[in-house]
Amino acid sequence: METPNSYKNGPDERGHFGIFGGRYVAETLMPLVLEVEKAYKTAQADSSFQGDYDYYAKNYVGRPSPLYFAERLTRELGGAKVYFKRDELNHTGSHKANNVLGQILLARRMGKKRIIAETGAGQHGVATATFCALFNLPCVVYMGATDIARQAPNVFRMKLLGAEVISVKSGTGTLKDAMNDALRDWVANVEETFYIIGTAAGPHPYPMMVRDFQSIIGREAREQILEAEGRLPDQLVACIGGGSNAIGLFYPFLDDKEVAITGVEAAGHGVDSGEHAASLTGGKPGVLHGNRTFLLQNEDGQITDAHSISAGLDYPGIGPEHSWLHSMGRVDYASATDSEALDAFQMLSKIEGIIPALEPAHALAHVCKIAPKMDKEKIILMNLCGRGDKDIFTVAEALGVKI
Amino acid sequence: MSLSRLEKRFANLRAEGRGGLVTFLTAGDPDLATSLEIVKGLPAAGADVIELGMPFSDPMADGPAIQASSLRALKQGMSLRKTLDLVRSFRAENQDTPVILMGYYNPIYIYGVETFLSDAKAAGVDGFIIVDLPPEHDDEFCLPALAQGLHFIRLTTPTTVGERLPKVLNNTSGFLYYVSILGITGTAAAAQDVVRDAVATIKAQTDLPVAVGFGIRTAEQAARTVEVADAAVVGSAIIDKLKEYLDENNRPKPGLTQAVLDYVRTLSEGVRSARG
Repeated sequence: METPNSYKNGPDERGHFGIFGGRYVAETLMPLVLEVEKAYKTAQADSSFQGDYDYYAKNYVGRPSPLYFAERLTRELGGAKVYFKRDELNHTGSHKANNVLGQILLARRMGKKRIIAETGAGQHGVATATFCALFNLPCVVYMGATDIARQAPNVFRMKLLGAEVISVKSGTGTLKDAMNDALRDWVANVEETFYIIGTAAGPHPYPMMVRDFQSIIGREAREQILEAEGRLPDQLVACIGGGSNAIGLFYPFLDDKEVAITGVEAAGHGVDSGEHAASLTGGKPGVLHGNRTFLLQNEDGQITDAHSISAGLDYPGIGPEHSWLHSMGRVDYASATDSEALDAFQMLSKIEGIIPALEPAHALAHVCKIAPKMDKEKIILMNLCGRGDKDIFTVAEALGVKI
Repeated sequence: MSLSRLEKRFANLRAEGRGGLVTFLTAGDPDLATSLEIVKGLPAAGADVIELGMPFSDPMADGPAIQASSLRALKQGMSLRKTLDLVRSFRAENQDTPVILMGYYNPIYIYGVETFLSDAKAAGVDGFIIVDLPPEHDDEFCLPALAQGLHFIRLTTPTTVGERLPKVLNNTSGFLYYVSILGITGTAAAAQDVVRDAVATIKAQTDLPVAVGFGIRTAEQAARTVEVADAAVVGSAIIDKLKEYLDENNRPKPGLTQAVLDYVRTLSEGVRSARG
């Protein structure tokens, strides 16, 4: 396959990354999707939009997030130096704030009066509810009934923030069904409503837009590692559900050929078990939620259920840019199981005093596999994209502890 | 050039001076045998065009009635291949009533577009409505379908009737399906004068017949629709009728087929009485 001059030129004007991406939506939504794209282009060219973003990112979200050298962990693993990009320190507890801030500023510019969002683990829902409170916009969050049951603290948080949380009972009551219902709401309320998609997926321009907003992670990390080490890292690692934190970290490094990049999918009970959320490892290309990408599906093209202990990775698809980077071979995609993530979760809590979310615990599980095999001069930079407070109940249950 | 089955049907309707009835059911709901029995009875009950849903696990543009219908069919083992089998069985007995398949792109993409088109044509399918393929993606499926002599019918909505209309009309064939309200299937109906204006706007730009759907539940609403359009599409209401005759395990109770066909007959009588 031909190597492009740059991996950063996508998507094309039709929203394609190679064969992936696109705008596979009902005609009712097309004018709206085109309107969002147009508004986003105008906003990008307007320095006041960037100025607003920077203001709230610094003063409300708490950016830049630190780049932290995990010294004890590095010693424990006995190989490469491990750095964490501390996006779990953001207001609302994850990288989701970076994206919601950008989209809600855009919604305000477009004069939209109502915000909707889908959420899996609840992190994106909480971030959306938070910014809706800040900007005084009514907020409706669609969340699968199954996820509501396993993420009760986040449901309560969203309600405290003034959001209406709608329990989605259709399908299997998880993230994909929440997204279906959010799209249905959008179709019915196109005039007033802005749909804040939480991950780098959906119809164009969402994958591009979410990537751009999340790229603040990689831009900061690049500067910070140059300052700390005087050179770029050898290896980037991030977990992937839809893939927004990963693309945010990876994107600014895509053309640095000396930097190896690995995305870590959720292998659930194991990719061979059939109960996993590893779309690239265990799926094939298809069309869902407005884009062509790798999907978990059966031989009839029906979408199958994902499984992961982490509700945030429990999605049968993946952002289209990841599918493209996978097909081009620029990024490697690995996977970690529920139990590997649980081990990493506990280890980091004890060794570094950081309780990670179950999502980045998957990335950490991979770091634990590769760091010991690398030279001590090598540098791994991992995105610690969320904190684990929301997961303590799930983890306690998995460990058989009653709290 | 000879007319297709679908074009012939609309030409005949015009000649008879009446509006048509397009009925929607999900293929394989509640099971393949019952579904086939209903579909076979539709022409005699007065359906002018049969629209069959290709079940999909994630029907994003559909409301609760059609979502549930799609899942019922899938649970009974329905697949795209079996949907084509159903059309083939129907076509063995009926060569006049057009059959349109409606659904989402992924199952077709996985089947393989070219193989699917030739299998569908051989089975006796006349056209397609693929909800998540806007004109921006015509090269994927619409153009190959037209090249096979099959129709590609597009939905237009209140958000389309403006600068996007020419783009939507381009490459649309057979008829145009005007979705009279913003929203998913199975919700409220639009006011007649609003529909009349929208149809007039569309008609000013195309010679294609215009069918109007979304929210039609009664014979009277169907009649009012064909006063301003070439055909009325009824979907969720028929499926609601079918659902009345399912037991708690979604198995058909006695009388289901008859009840659904009786309901279609009342709609058809409404349509036929409209312009008279």
